[in-house]
Amino acid sequence: MKLKNIASLMGAAVVAGGMLAAGSASAQDKIGFVYVGPIGDHGWTYRHDVARQAVEKAFDGKVKTTFVESVKEGPDSERVIRQMAADGHKLIFTTSFGFMNPTIKVAKQFPDVKFEHATGYKRADNVSTYSARFYEGRYVVGKVAAKMTKSNIIGYVGSFPIPEVVRGINATALGARSVNPNVEIKVAWVNTWYDPGKEGDAAKALIDQGADIIMQHTDSPAPLQVAESRGVYGVGQASDMQHFAPKAQLTAIIDDWNDYYVTRAKAAFDGSWKSQDLWGGFKDGLVALAPYNEAIPADVVAMAEETRKAIMDGSVKPFAGPFNKQDGTEAVAAGAELDDAALLGMDWYVEGIQGKLPK
Amino acid sequence: MSGVEWIIPILLTVITAATPLVFAGIGELVTEKSGVLNLGVEGMLLVGAVAAFVTATVTGNYFLAVAAGALAGAFLAFLFGVLTLSLMANQVATGLALTLFGVGVSALIGQDFVGIPVDALPKLAVPGLSDIPVLGPVLFGQDALVYLSLFMAALVSWFLYRTKGGLILRAVGDSHNAAHSIGYSVIGIRYLAVMFGGAMSGVGGAYLSLAYTPMWAENMTAGRGWIALALIVFATWKPGLVVVGAYMFGGITILQLHAQAAGLDVPSQILSMLPYLATVVVLVLISKDESRIRKHAPACIGKIFHPAA
Repeated sequence: MKLKNIASLMGAAVVAGGMLAAGSASAQDKIGFVYVGPIGDHGWTYRHDVARQAVEKAFDGKVKTTFVESVKEGPDSERVIRQMAADGHKLIFTTSFGFMNPTIKVAKQFPDVKFEHATGYKRADNVSTYSARFYEGRYVVGKVAAKMTKSNIIGYVGSFPIPEVVRGINATALGARSVNPNVEIKVAWVNTWYDPGKEGDAAKALIDQGADIIMQHTDSPAPLQVAESRGVYGVGQASDMQHFAPKAQLTAIIDDWNDYYVTRAKAAFDGSWKSQDLWGGFKDGLVALAPYNEAIPADVVAMAEETRKAIMDGSVKPFAGPFNKQDGTEAVAAGAELDDAALLGMDWYVEGIQGKLPK
Repeated sequence: MSGVEWIIPILLTVITAATPLVFAGIGELVTEKSGVLNLGVEGMLLVGAVAAFVTATVTGNYFLAVAAGALAGAFLAFLFGVLTLSLMANQVATGLALTLFGVGVSALIGQDFVGIPVDALPKLAVPGLSDIPVLGPVLFGQDALVYLSLFMAALVSWFLYRTKGGLILRAVGDSHNAAHSIGYSVIGIRYLAVMFGGAMSGVGGAYLSLAYTPMWAENMTAGRGWIALALIVFATWKPGLVVVGAYMFGGITILQLHAQAAGLDVPSQILSMLPYLATVVVLVLISKDESRIRKHAPACIGKIFHPAA
């Protein structure tokens, strides 16, 4: 009471300052999310938002979450992140590679706020990074595709020839050819993450060239929809796209951030949060597969599940040798495997992929 | 496989890729011919797409859906008209704002419709004719909107160059003061032209969300409105060339995808920018040859009309 009285006698600026401090104390439990795309993108951002809702649910409404969607990478994102930090958010997830430098910069100015940055490589005492080994899912799906194809051609709609995407194509090829060495992969690059029309056109072109399985590393369900209308199989991307292609979707590789976000949020509130770097896969629950299509024979489903479990316990490694580069020269010898640095910088195709990798 | 059959799937895909461009391009051509530059094509495509999609999922009636797309596009164009024609705001700035507005408002309307698939627009099947090898599926196996797009292009061409109404519209675009002084309502005619352009873009958007990729997703036009704008310059404001250009731009995209899928070593990035490159080349060429610009480009384009008292 006394404090309040004194405050009321002081100048307006001080009052405002006092209220702000009181506000941030009572709103300790606010978590912010910065998204690069709209939450309705069916893919990347959608899955982050599903995880945000999981956090709200896990805390039974005691934690408030806020998000800003479609934030441009670059200077504008710094403004958004700083606003959130100044607003009393205790933990802030920045979910795109391009938010890396702004996150680090704002984190320096707000040492009491914790930051989680997706897919980056710069860390600080209050900045963690996390990413997912989606290629583990691609490896399993490649094996399933190799069993389901009749033409032995898998069509792959690529976005940009960056290591993340190339790694996925390679993992698919290695998985597929481990069960059927005759499988070839055709790739069509569309040079965009998101253009439903063009993605669909690429899928059509691949099917016209003989592909009877369509995979994609772009964000819209259009390729899968084309697969459905042309009567071939496809694999969903980022989220379960089954309702777009009830007959065509074999399974989908799902980004699952739910557990990670809940765990990190709890850690931030009980004080056990520490800066870390996580590149997790099936085992950490960051990558999951959608329910298998009923058209897949039971023994193929069993093989897929076996592979998934073997990847989880470490007995199968997608990039373990021996396997060759595209030109037939040895890439990795038997008994060896590629380390994370080689995976993160991957800019070459493995054997079984047609066409030249654009530079 | 016989000699020419491989070309059928390519042609079919080119047609679907070109049709939204034909709609948006022809509509914007009429707008520009009346002397108004509306850069909001992308926004009008999007509201058309979302309005058509929402109507199709709610009513299941494709005719109503396409009509809703046209109305939504025309309504957005009407707003543009109020701002630029009645309130005399800058057309370039207003057009850009219209695109931003269209992106936002379509996302808002479409929020509850994300992730719902609809059946694609039914394709025509003419017994006998559609079964003719090669020509059959290409000429007689399309959905109604493909034929409508070509019909509208022909109609606009006929209207602009063979009717009195077209002459008046072009007069308004070429010299609004002269048209005004002989008693034509410049603002009224421009309103009609702008709204026609909006309706056509709306139908183009409907084609995207009902036939091309039968779904709604935010920003699903992915820049096609801008290609349509480039197309008009490329076609030097001639309706026939707009159609040719639309099929060429669509064709380049599809051919490069096929080339990639066939394992040919094509630089996909260069081919992706080819439509814009072609437009720049045409701009350079026509700016060298003044007579060609004067012949077809509306002289009053982008200029605000202040009726003399």
